[in-house]
Amino acid sequence: MSAPATERTGGGAVQRGEPILKVRGLEKHFPIKGGGLVKRTVGAVRAVDGVDLDLYPGEVLGLVGESGCGKSTTGRAILNLQPATAGSVVFEGREIVGLSRKQMRPLRRDIQLVFQDPYASLNPRLPVFDIVAEPLIIHGLTKNDTELRAKVRQLVETVGLNPEHTNRYPAEFSGGQRQRIGIARALALQPKVLVLDEPVSALDVSIQAGVINLLDDLKNEFGLSYLFIAHDLSVVRHISDRVAVMYLGRIIEIAERDELFSRPAHPYTQALLSAIPLPDPRRERARQRIIITGDVPSPANPPSGCRFRTRCQKFANVLTDGQRELCMTVDPPLEERGTGHLNACHYAEATSVL
Amino acid sequence: MSTLGTTGTGMSGAGATPAGASSTATSTGTLSQAGSRTTSLGGFDPSAPLLQVSDLNVRFPTEDGSVHAVRGVDYALRSGEVLGIVGESGSGKSVTSLAVMGLLPASARVTGSVKYRGQELLGQSDRSMSRVRGKGVSMIFQDPMTSLDPVYKIGYQIEETLRTHDRSLSSKAAEARAVDLLELVGIPNAKERVRSYPHEFSGGMRQRVVIAIAMANQPEVIIADEPTTALDVTVQAQILEVLQTALQETGAAMVLITHDLGVVAGIADRVLVMYAGRPVEIGSVEDIYYEPRMPYTLGLLGSLPRVDSTSRERLTPITGSPPSVVNMPPGCPFAPRCPLHIAECDVAEPPLFQVGPAHNAACIRTDQVARAHGHAAEVFSETAQDVVLAAEVMPADLATGEGAREAVAPGTPPAGQTEAGTGRPDTGSVVGTGNTASTTGTTNGDRA
Repeated sequence: MSAPATERTGGGAVQRGEPILKVRGLEKHFPIKGGGLVKRTVGAVRAVDGVDLDLYPGEVLGLVGESGCGKSTTGRAILNLQPATAGSVVFEGREIVGLSRKQMRPLRRDIQLVFQDPYASLNPRLPVFDIVAEPLIIHGLTKNDTELRAKVRQLVETVGLNPEHTNRYPAEFSGGQRQRIGIARALALQPKVLVLDEPVSALDVSIQAGVINLLDDLKNEFGLSYLFIAHDLSVVRHISDRVAVMYLGRIIEIAERDELFSRPAHPYTQALLSAIPLPDPRRERARQRIIITGDVPSPANPPSGCRFRTRCQKFANVLTDGQRELCMTVDPPLEERGTGHLNACHYAEATSVL
Repeated sequence: MSTLGTTGTGMSGAGATPAGASSTATSTGTLSQAGSRTTSLGGFDPSAPLLQVSDLNVRFPTEDGSVHAVRGVDYALRSGEVLGIVGESGSGKSVTSLAVMGLLPASARVTGSVKYRGQELLGQSDRSMSRVRGKGVSMIFQDPMTSLDPVYKIGYQIEETLRTHDRSLSSKAAEARAVDLLELVGIPNAKERVRSYPHEFSGGMRQRVVIAIAMANQPEVIIADEPTTALDVTVQAQILEVLQTALQETGAAMVLITHDLGVVAGIADRVLVMYAGRPVEIGSVEDIYYEPRMPYTLGLLGSLPRVDSTSRERLTPITGSPPSVVNMPPGCPFAPRCPLHIAECDVAEPPLFQVGPAHNAACIRTDQVARAHGHAAEVFSETAQDVVLAAEVMPADLATGEGAREAVAPGTPPAGQTEAGTGRPDTGSVVGTGNTASTTGTTNGDRA
């Protein structure tokens, strides 16, 4: 496990071994407090409600879903930035859930986070050098100033910035460059796993492409594993080896990248894929679009049975009343249902929608 | 931009013809059919463009000099047509539409001409513009969370736009029409929902309300500024469908402003690509996507990851960042980022050359771009490979010979590279000031 790069094979395929990160039954509930003087807990927003994930060395696992589905909270709970309510996160054989901040610190060297907003995640009052050097200083990884300078210089070069500019402040950089600074900071400790929370969604497309290419290169060069959280399925398809789709706090489908995009089996994944506009007028106009109605239900009070049934086009238009009964009463677990990959739909059927 | 003021005052007037034919039952005498609108043309030549924008320039005075946000935009919108305007943040696409609507702050200096049905809109008083806004030209804004007034009920906000343009409309009739409009844009239980406040709606539902307001008075032109950017992709699909319905119902022409090339591909008839405040390419949707002639358009298409592609080819990003629109250097504004850059590009900014029927591009090397037939990798191959080393040009940097400059032809004059962020709210906005005053080539942004 210590040499993830050797586990990679050509073409982006990954040979499975032991997962480097193993998430089981992860839950993160936020209490809803009642009004009045005594704040009693009257309910819970079940932001993450039983997530199982495996991340293998050298792999990019895409985690997609719409806003409010719990994908970012999942990322934060895995890093123990927001302590999980229940469940287990095992990193290289070590349980993370329940560790104190102090106990987490040595582990933070190995798991790092890249934030979405490069305008908010960098301290505007620190020069870039200090931002990138901070993790090295905290963890005491460099012996002297010369070594620190050399190391920062190398990191900044790695992410494609000019090392001459490290005495500048974040405000003097463009969005794409700031995101590169955030990536350099995350790489400073030579982590094994990077959790990337919407790393390119704040960037313009022409800039975004450069950051995606950079992430691709870094992964290959350093044998990193990514948990790549994003709402943009085009970006996820480009960078991921496997993709997990989240809906209302649960993973509802997970598969190898091309499998998921060419043969989605869950009605939600199908709707999600068919909703993406293609930048190709002829194909875009020839497509049949599955339009799902309504909005995501409140995670404080998810529907009974299958959580997607309130918006499911299959539930509404295809199933018989007898079949619907099952959707309304039994919460479908994530399992293999003859479609070649795991999904959580009683009536899963792999079809192509792109 | 006041919240109610922008959507509210504009949208009003003649009746909507809501989708269900049943709606006629609720209508008052003013509920007009789409056809009746043409009777009010008043000698206007129907073959002429509905909206004609010529040589539109917008400057904002700042301490660092005048920010020339829009630099000579020309377009004509014909009846029933959908014109997509695409560009990155800071390209001037939103400012253009605000100028058309007369919604820019008083400090903005707007020159050129905006003609709606032959009538000049620039320089009109706010009062006379209010008669055009909503009835003739209405607008849909990006963020439904801020374009509705949080302290008024949804129904009231729709009724207000109706009654502003039709004083004789009774409040009962206005409410009935508001319900019809809400049904048309797909809001369930419209009868009850008219009494809800905006905060009781989700983002997608709010955007439906904004669309209902925009189409309330059967406008002839709808300007939609990033109407789906704040929404999730499944909701975006719903809203795009509602927009199409709105266009069918009102017969309106639309200017759709977006940075999402996928949205434009599905809905637009013609596409205008903007860069640094100017149109750099305009043509039919097929010309733009399959035979682009401006390197920027080609680069933009090449930098998009495709959800329908199984290949894992590297993307072809455009190096550098858009130029500052403060004190632009002479020459093509895209030259510092362009792989086809030659010395001649720096002499003068190229005008829009005709490169095909109804297809124009502002580039002197369109013949080179033509050979790529829309495959960006052929032109941008260098940038795909060099990205880790070359990366982006420092924004506040004027020193030569670094970063992406290597990917650009030598001899590029030091151009002001800074992010002119009038940007989307999600990116925050940073108006580049670091290098603006400097034309000497020294790094004034350097605080070291």
